[in-house]
Amino acid sequence: MAKWLVSGPPLLYLLVFFAVPALIMVLASFRTPGEFGGLAPLVDEAGRLDLNTESYVRLLTESVYAQVFVKSAWYALLTTLACLALAYPLATLIAKSPKKHRDLLLLLVILPFWSNFLIRIYAWMIILGPNAALARMVNGVLAWFGAGPVPLLFSAFAVLTCLVYVHLPFMVLPLYANLEKHDQALLDAAQDLGANAWHRFWRITFPLSLPGVYAGAALVFIPALGIFAIPDILGGPDDTLIGNLIKQQFLETRDWPFGSVLSIVLTLAALLLAGIAAWVGRRGAAGAARA
Amino acid sequence: MALLEIQGVTRRFGDFAAVDDVSLAVEAGEFFTLLGPSGCGKTTLLRMIAGFDLPDAGRILLNGEDLASRPPELRPVRTVFQSYALFPHMTVEGNVAFPLQMASVKASERPARIAAALEDVRLIGFGKRYPHELSGGQKQRVAIARALVTHPTMLLLDEPLAALDAKLREELQVELINLQKEVGIAFVYVTHDQTEALALSHRIAVMNHGRVEQLDEPSKIYGFPRTKFVADFIGQCNLFAGPVTTNDGAIVTVDVKGLGSVRVATRATIAAGATGTVALRPEKIRIAPSAPLDTPDNHFRGKVADLLYMGDVTVYRVETPGGTRIEALLANSQSGRAKFFEVGDAVEMSWSVDAGHFIAE
Repeated sequence: MAKWLVSGPPLLYLLVFFAVPALIMVLASFRTPGEFGGLAPLVDEAGRLDLNTESYVRLLTESVYAQVFVKSAWYALLTTLACLALAYPLATLIAKSPKKHRDLLLLLVILPFWSNFLIRIYAWMIILGPNAALARMVNGVLAWFGAGPVPLLFSAFAVLTCLVYVHLPFMVLPLYANLEKHDQALLDAAQDLGANAWHRFWRITFPLSLPGVYAGAALVFIPALGIFAIPDILGGPDDTLIGNLIKQQFLETRDWPFGSVLSIVLTLAALLLAGIAAWVGRRGAAGAARA
Repeated sequence: MALLEIQGVTRRFGDFAAVDDVSLAVEAGEFFTLLGPSGCGKTTLLRMIAGFDLPDAGRILLNGEDLASRPPELRPVRTVFQSYALFPHMTVEGNVAFPLQMASVKASERPARIAAALEDVRLIGFGKRYPHELSGGQKQRVAIARALVTHPTMLLLDEPLAALDAKLREELQVELINLQKEVGIAFVYVTHDQTEALALSHRIAVMNHGRVEQLDEPSKIYGFPRTKFVADFIGQCNLFAGPVTTNDGAIVTVDVKGLGSVRVATRATIAAGATGTVALRPEKIRIAPSAPLDTPDNHFRGKVADLLYMGDVTVYRVETPGGTRIEALLANSQSGRAKFFEVGDAVEMSWSVDAGHFIAE
């Protein structure tokens, strides 16, 4: 009884604000778009239930949508790899620094969360803007090599840079949590057995850090897959991702059924990836726990 | 030329000298033990041999070559760590294969080498297991197999049995002795456990405060401790200190406060008036209910103040009228009863001049 009193409210909250809307969305995905947007009546004038799979058919037949999905996955993958490449040395540095400094360094990693998400994206508009020092420097160097100026803003470069910037802490934190637990004796033993620095990393540290890598990859890839604000603000015309497409369907084109279909597919893709990450992570963790 | 020569090695941490001007040599095929209490510098010395730490002064030579410029991975020595330090993500085979891979041993030669190493430590059939599927003793065997598989010049063992329970420790001690004989590689063994050191070693260096107090064979260390520290640290020992009253060239008499004159055979050239200590092992004392019939060299009365019944032996702490407590040990095998005396019994203690060992200050 007490158990239900404690877990009841959050369950109710999830039911009302997550499960029910999700079901409404599933229902909407089978309905017909309204004449002026929104949804056509569920029961038409002839009294028939108006449910169809037209929106699903459209998704599968018009290849442009699959292309947007692939592009989104590609951007998310690039973001994940860039975050991993940047976060690994950073997390190693924090894990190896003296204990008294670690908290401060971790605080610095999460410090960007203290300012608003959109403000941080707009800040990148200024940093990458055509009159900013960065763009001038880059184009100055390019001109020196005889190449024409390139815009940094409103490009795939701007979108990816900001995606990496926003998601970096989500890779650093799980990696740090993993690396911090590593036993120095294992590296000493490896070195004693003839392993140089590269072999010590590649054969010992990296395989043991895989659970952290998987956790970080899931935390970066899944949100990056559905993001819309960053390509909206910093991207060019070619940088429409699945998140933008969904937003367009609901707010601009006002084709709610198709927007629902896109959302459902995105959610299923994210669920699938999270499931794979959890499964691989558990296998990795089982290996790492073998101490 | 000795296999390993340590020449005047010092290692300081701030003002503290963890290893203080240590010189010693380890011969090929020797089972050499560094023995001492925690903080005596034995592990620091071992880490310097392995290359994880560098001396502030002095040299470490292996086969005549100064090791200073060689990092650990390029030294032909291997370490067995107290924590086993097995790679948790590799099987037993993977662990043992690791040093072979690092040494670029051909893949075709590896299986035979791994099998031989696992056979040496009697772990045949365990190759596919992961470290978490092994017991403590098995893990330690894997660590030893892993260290020996590349046939190093020397094996360094850092308290390898400390984490195991007493019974298993004894079993592994016997195996270590046999293994060392079999492979013929010099072992440098670090321990704080004096019985382990006595049982295993060809020679022992007893360390204290970063210095070697005595370097000798186990029987010499036990029977003829050169300093009070060695006498006290190795086994139980009664230490009777006081001014020397006479020295006739063969027997020294020491005047011990609260006890009286204690006579001990020695060839020490010590003058009357100087201070000295008589070290006397508890098992060397005869303890009886009545005065001994012969005329022993040393003879004292006392009362049993307390006793420790250990099963095979009983340790009696006897208090003399002067207030000195003397520890005496009696094997229970000779008594029909569980023990000879009870607390409060009056007893007579005696020992010959040869029983004790004189230590000049």
